[in-house]
Amino acid sequence: MNILEAQKISKRFGTAEVLSDVSFSLTGGETLAILGASGSGKTTLLRCLNFLERPDEGRIILRGDLLYDAALHDKYDDKAIREKRLHFGFVFQSFNLFPQYTAFQNVVLARELAAKTTPEYAADKKKTIEEIHREGMEILDQIGLSNKRDFYPYQLSGGQQQRIAIARALAMRPDILCFDEPTSALDPELTGEVLKVIRSLADKNTTMLIVTHEMQFAREVADTILYMDEGMVIEYGTPEQVMDNPSSDRTKRFLERYTAE
Amino acid sequence: MSFIQVNLNLWNGFQNTLLIFALTLIFSLPLGLLISFGSMSKYRLLRYPINILIWIVRGTPLMLQIMVIFYVPGLIFNAPIASRFNAVIIAFALNYACYFSEIYRGGIQSISKSQYEAGQVLGMTKAQIFFRVILLQVIKRIIPPMSNEIITLVKDTALARIIVVVELLKEAEILATRGMIWPLFFTGVYYLAFVGILTLMFNYAEKRLQYFRA
Repeated sequence: MNILEAQKISKRFGTAEVLSDVSFSLTGGETLAILGASGSGKTTLLRCLNFLERPDEGRIILRGDLLYDAALHDKYDDKAIREKRLHFGFVFQSFNLFPQYTAFQNVVLARELAAKTTPEYAADKKKTIEEIHREGMEILDQIGLSNKRDFYPYQLSGGQQQRIAIARALAMRPDILCFDEPTSALDPELTGEVLKVIRSLADKNTTMLIVTHEMQFAREVADTILYMDEGMVIEYGTPEQVMDNPSSDRTKRFLERYTAE
Repeated sequence: MSFIQVNLNLWNGFQNTLLIFALTLIFSLPLGLLISFGSMSKYRLLRYPINILIWIVRGTPLMLQIMVIFYVPGLIFNAPIASRFNAVIIAFALNYACYFSEIYRGGIQSISKSQYEAGQVLGMTKAQIFFRVILLQVIKRIIPPMSNEIITLVKDTALARIIVVVELLKEAEILATRGMIWPLFFTGVYYLAFVGILTLMFNYAEKRLQYFRA
């Protein structure tokens, strides 16, 4: 069954149509790479799914149930939007770690805050927090940064910061993990460690949406590729279909430009 | 009058100086935050009046404000403010709240939108994002301008004497009218010592927040 179905997502900024009728679906464990030139709307698409932007039209179906309908947006209050958001994890291009917290605190902060309203916390605060911390350490281990747990973001390299940002997103146990150009803000020699973490998540069947410019990486890791231009889906298929036999000239030109780099 | 006797007199006035200083901060620090939220509100009906208030308070002398708050309620509404000291505190708290609000606003607006978004995608509430993520970064950034303003407050307390609230300087003036001039100049030692202690405290606060960069 599909974990996620995005149906006809549209978004305008003023009169500029940034997304028009974008639809796609994700099955459990699938990795979808979203490709496209700057300004093609791919980041906006990701931000719409996390409600950082408000879609003008479209529906989001999660595991067969309606999660979000743009037509009903005004009926959702802050709390409803927050709960919907938690199905998605988001990794930013520029990491956006909280500078005043250590790597470990960055990972567990939101979980701790969220836990405070749960019955488990009311029953046994200490146990709930210990459980969150244990899980936080497990995730740090998983991304290979448990030795940096007490480092502050400024003490970490860009690649390490981005890995902590991935850990922070994972800690909320999202259904779908979204990456917005996770390596674009990194020096070339630091992209490898981040891509390695994403690859290992793919191997563990994490459901992921990745906006990226790393063509080779997309080909390797993605099960499906969605190519966008001017807010529209131009190609949607397996890496072989999209990258080896693109159906449109636009895609061909795009691929030539980026694979040549 | 001995040196010690003079200092006992000055100390009496200085206690009032300290009280004006402390009460002004206690009221104006949180009030300033509310005013800064008001001045950033998306609702014009809130934002415009708040901005006019800030304009009036920053656009007129504090000395005039003290007089207006002390005399005008009695003159116009026939409801005089019973206590001169309360009038001073109201005027100071309002005046400093408006200055603080602008410093807060600058600090809050200097924090990147992406910090809010990072909190949002982690399901944090607006209050959690503000108090757990944004506030400490704002505090770190506004310590230098705030310490400036708070040091100015130490010296502004001397304006209370305009409606005969006896603080340090007024106390020295009373001695001067009895023919003893030097205590007037000696008050400078009190102000300098006080500001010196505050400066050390601000330096300490800045050091304490050096553990992160933002």
